[in-house]
Amino acid sequence: MKRKHQAIAALTCALFALVFLGARKAGPASKPKGEPVRAKIGVISIITGAGAGYGEAITNGFRLARDEVNAKGEVLIDLKVEDSTGKAEQALSAAQKLINSERVAAILGPTLSTEMKVVGPEANASGVPIMGTSTTAKGITQIGKYVFRNSLPESLAIPASIGMAVKKYNLKKVALLYGNDDVFTKSGFDTMKEVSERLRLSILTVQEFQKGQSDYRAQLTRIASLSPDGVFCSALYEEGAVILSQARKMGITVPFVGGNGFNSPKVIEIARDASEGLIVATPWFAERDDPKVKSFVAKYEKAYGKKPDQFAAQAYDALHIMANALKAAGSADREKLRDALAATKNHMGVLGKFSFDADRDVVMDPNVLIIQGGRFRPFR
Amino acid sequence: MFLEQAINGITLGGIYAIVALGYTLVFGVLGIINMAHGEIFMFGAFVGMLLVSKAGVPLPVAFLGAIAAAASMGLLLDRFALRPLRKRPGASHLASLISTIGVSILLENAAHRIFGAGNHLFETPFSDIRFQAGSVTVYLVQAAILGISLLMMAGLSLWLSRTRAGKALRATAENLETAGLLGVDTNRMITATVVIASAMGGVAGVLVGMAFNFINNRIGLSMGLKGLAIIIFGGMGSVYGAMAGGLILGLSETFVVAYGPAGYRDAIAFVTIIVVLLVRPQGLFGQAVSDGKP
Repeated sequence: MKRKHQAIAALTCALFALVFLGARKAGPASKPKGEPVRAKIGVISIITGAGAGYGEAITNGFRLARDEVNAKGEVLIDLKVEDSTGKAEQALSAAQKLINSERVAAILGPTLSTEMKVVGPEANASGVPIMGTSTTAKGITQIGKYVFRNSLPESLAIPASIGMAVKKYNLKKVALLYGNDDVFTKSGFDTMKEVSERLRLSILTVQEFQKGQSDYRAQLTRIASLSPDGVFCSALYEEGAVILSQARKMGITVPFVGGNGFNSPKVIEIARDASEGLIVATPWFAERDDPKVKSFVAKYEKAYGKKPDQFAAQAYDALHIMANALKAAGSADREKLRDALAATKNHMGVLGKFSFDADRDVVMDPNVLIIQGGRFRPFR
Repeated sequence: MFLEQAINGITLGGIYAIVALGYTLVFGVLGIINMAHGEIFMFGAFVGMLLVSKAGVPLPVAFLGAIAAAASMGLLLDRFALRPLRKRPGASHLASLISTIGVSILLENAAHRIFGAGNHLFETPFSDIRFQAGSVTVYLVQAAILGISLLMMAGLSLWLSRTRAGKALRATAENLETAGLLGVDTNRMITATVVIASAMGGVAGVLVGMAFNFINNRIGLSMGLKGLAIIIFGGMGSVYGAMAGGLILGLSETFVVAYGPAGYRDAIAFVTIIVVLLVRPQGLFGQAVSDGKP
């Protein structure tokens, strides 16, 4: 029995290989000029379930960009949207469907890093280019040479904000403060520490706190007594806003640099005046003085009735990057598309100037913002 | 640095003590633990916040508002969750514990619906007043918290030991039936106790808002648990025990964060409590239980 099974498995494999090879060979040759490039692009996102808010913003961004691209007529994109419900196994079966039955040229998504850790290897083994637009964890593009992302990881955002703050305020001695019971704030802290050491700042103290705490004065008293030039704080906005408020009240007036979790208008809403002077780095800044950004925001608002967030903007840029790569590749061939994607340099999108590095990871200058006069403004 | 941390610890301890006083009063009289006390305290804080930050009334008015709101919630709590169980023969003494847990969950969810889940700024110019004592900065709020908690402790123990009403209350606590036969309106006494305890919770709520700048709908739970631990630690039903226990817990938590591993803040504080209880099972100021009645 066992032998028979093995034989069948071997046969099936051989058959598949034949079909695949055949498909490769029979793939469309480069089209003559003037004829548009048609491509099916798969999208894996959270359409239902707890993270559906992200999925909504992301697919809205994709659709808006697709309509623009198709209206131009050089590339015609057909989006195939699949729901992952935020679960890795669901994302995997969606990916298999897109790769094997829909036979898409490339995949955009999935939404979460945990999903990408499962879907990425599958797409990579099948030779399908896949681009994450919201996956910020470490080691995503290291999965393989078909895996890309255009979402700014914290390891890029934090050095930018710290670097500018150090330069502007001439920081020498700093205090670090972080939530030690959250993966996100902990990893932000690790990056802050690394950057501080690289910039040869002297770290006076590292203070920890836990989620939901209401009294931070013990930590802040310690920080105040060492009189640092600046405080780097990796916190989610709920805790972050309280920390800022209590710190300012205690007379800690030095600049605060926050991680990605701190990057929310809610900080201003909660901490009001105490939030003044908080510095954060973000890939997306809706009020940037750039005609591209303004037109994107206006179109998005008109189409969906709300302002685009970071996830919508990243998705919008990702689809444009994909369309440009399709145009450069001249066909929907997966191999050619991969090479064209990897060659993306200086793409001007709503997030700013964007390139892939040798590892297919993000190269861009994040927007460094500071809270002034009750709103986020560019920090110069 | 040491002095400043000590002041931080005393402030935190003072708040714990006021919360614990509310628990201990109800426990001393009724022999039940009022699990809804933390949530009543939280509602007091929110009413104070709305009055001060949104309506812009002066601070004393906010205090009165919070006290009124908390006291009326205490009245409702007794009317609907405690008294019906008190009259029933055969009701387990744990029944009232469960009914107060129910009220606490109801109140927390209600606060979530009404006020939202996030932090709310508690803004009052009073909390910016500070003075310099040598190298140490002391906020008037911090001094006020210690003062108010001491005042409450002293007032409560005077009221219990010296006044007629206090005597009636103690008689009720001693033996409900005998007190009733002696002409004490025990139902009124018990209601008064719950209302007074809740009003103290309202005061504590406003003080927390002033001290930390922020309140949210979860402070009831965290502060409530601390208050509960303190009355066991200080001695069930003991007014001085609540005060001493609160200060010790506040100070030990602050010093753990200041000089030790901050992640173990609550763990170390509670290990201290366990050690004390091993040595003195009746708590710091508690009297050894002999006749089955606390």
